[in-house]
Amino acid sequence: MTGPRTARLLFAVGAGGIGLVFVLAVLRLPGFGQPHHPYGARAVAAAVAQHTANAVGSVTFDQRGFDTMGEEFILFAAALAALLLLRQLRSEEEAAGQRHDYGPEDVFAGVRLMGFVMLPVTLLVGGYVVVHGAISPGGGFQGGVVLATGLHLAYLAGDFRTLERLRPLPVLDVTEAMGAATYTIVGFAALASGAGFLANVLPHGRLTDLMSSGTVPLLNVAVGAEVGSAVVLILAKFLEQALTKDRRAEA
Amino acid sequence: MFAVLPYLAAGWIFLIGCYGLATSRNLVHAVVSLAVVQSSTYLLLLAVGWKRDATAPVFGDISPGAPVVDPIVQALTLTDIVVGATVSALLLALTIQVAKRHGTIDPEEIRSLEQDSGDDDGQ
Amino acid sequence: MHGAIVDVLLGGLLVLTAATATAVVLTRNAGRQAIVLSAYGLLLGLLMVALQAPDVALAQLTVGAAVVPLLVVLAISRCDREVVRRRRRRRRPREEQR
Repeated sequence: MTGPRTARLLFAVGAGGIGLVFVLAVLRLPGFGQPHHPYGARAVAAAVAQHTANAVGSVTFDQRGFDTMGEEFILFAAALAALLLLRQLRSEEEAAGQRHDYGPEDVFAGVRLMGFVMLPVTLLVGGYVVVHGAISPGGGFQGGVVLATGLHLAYLAGDFRTLERLRPLPVLDVTEAMGAATYTIVGFAALASGAGFLANVLPHGRLTDLMSSGTVPLLNVAVGAEVGSAVVLILAKFLEQALTKDRRAEA
Repeated sequence: MFAVLPYLAAGWIFLIGCYGLATSRNLVHAVVSLAVVQSSTYLLLLAVGWKRDATAPVFGDISPGAPVVDPIVQALTLTDIVVGATVSALLLALTIQVAKRHGTIDPEEIRSLEQDSGDDDGQ
Repeated sequence: MHGAIVDVLLGGLLVLTAATATAVVLTRNAGRQAIVLSAYGLLLGLLMVALQAPDVALAQLTVGAAVVPLLVVLAISRCDREVVRRRRRRRRPREEQR
């Protein structure tokens, strides 16, 4: 059994070693802000060749599309695991006779008003960020999270019931899976057309047009649907855990 | 100094996060410390790709061919952030599970609880 | 001149970010830590904007400054209740064991 003091000493030795090696490595790295980025230059050239104005979007969904699919499934699996863990907790509690109910929240009227006004604006911005992922900063990941968090303004503006009406969880379960599936289907469609898996086979359009860069906007929407639903589902389960009234303990 | 400052900052954030993890007496605090450790990689990646007098790699208002920073490391950082967030969510869900099972989220206390129960029913 | 401004801005943000990261770790009260974490996420997002990474900054601001701190707060509120219940049970063991 190691005491806290031994643990600290061990940490100090380890951290000192890592710090030393890290500093030695950093001194030989190319300096911060230096002008030569051979990989970056090639990725930018490829993005322009594919008529994708947002080079980051091009790298994520076109040049590294396969990696992003892996990332998407990591997200899918992690979200699923979190949901399963919390769902199991809830069913145990229901079996033990605990109740889940949520009253109206104690919120300033001004906050309510802001929530009410900002809700549609935020959802609009989220949708905009998703579909413009190929031509401006943003995309499926960012827009999906904006959509998911924006939806929770309904909780501030109204109460938990309003939020529940706004986000039917079974539907979101399906949307999440559909998003992940669409990504894979786009990949196989490219394969079927004779190109490689997830190759950008659609017409590339004109640089900075909304419908440019081939499959990139399509994949952005798929990822947006998946990420948005996943975040809403995770937040829903966490909210449920935090807001559960423990009837037995209060009685 | 300026040429290595961001790398050193990333190294510092990594180590201070590790310190938090090593000395944490609260699992939620440990998860947050892990998020801090992970955030050091965002900084390291973006610092490697930054180029002086260049703009963001988005050709909305600038012509293709203008100097831009490296988009590859930015895409990697994006992946990093999204995966990091889901991992944090999973770990927090596990923490809730631990709190429910053991009634504490102090790693030391959980260890001693497990030793006690191990002695009792010989697991 | 332009270069000097960039240097000062980036240098300042870097030092501030590293200091805030330290504050996040050294804040041992988990509830307060969530707020410091949110501030850290915001600062990291600003640094990303300064590093010409708007895509990443957008993800960091939504995820790092909003979603993760929110999850942390929700998890804390749940965990605290479990810990309190456990303590109460330990204080009067006979009543609960029956």
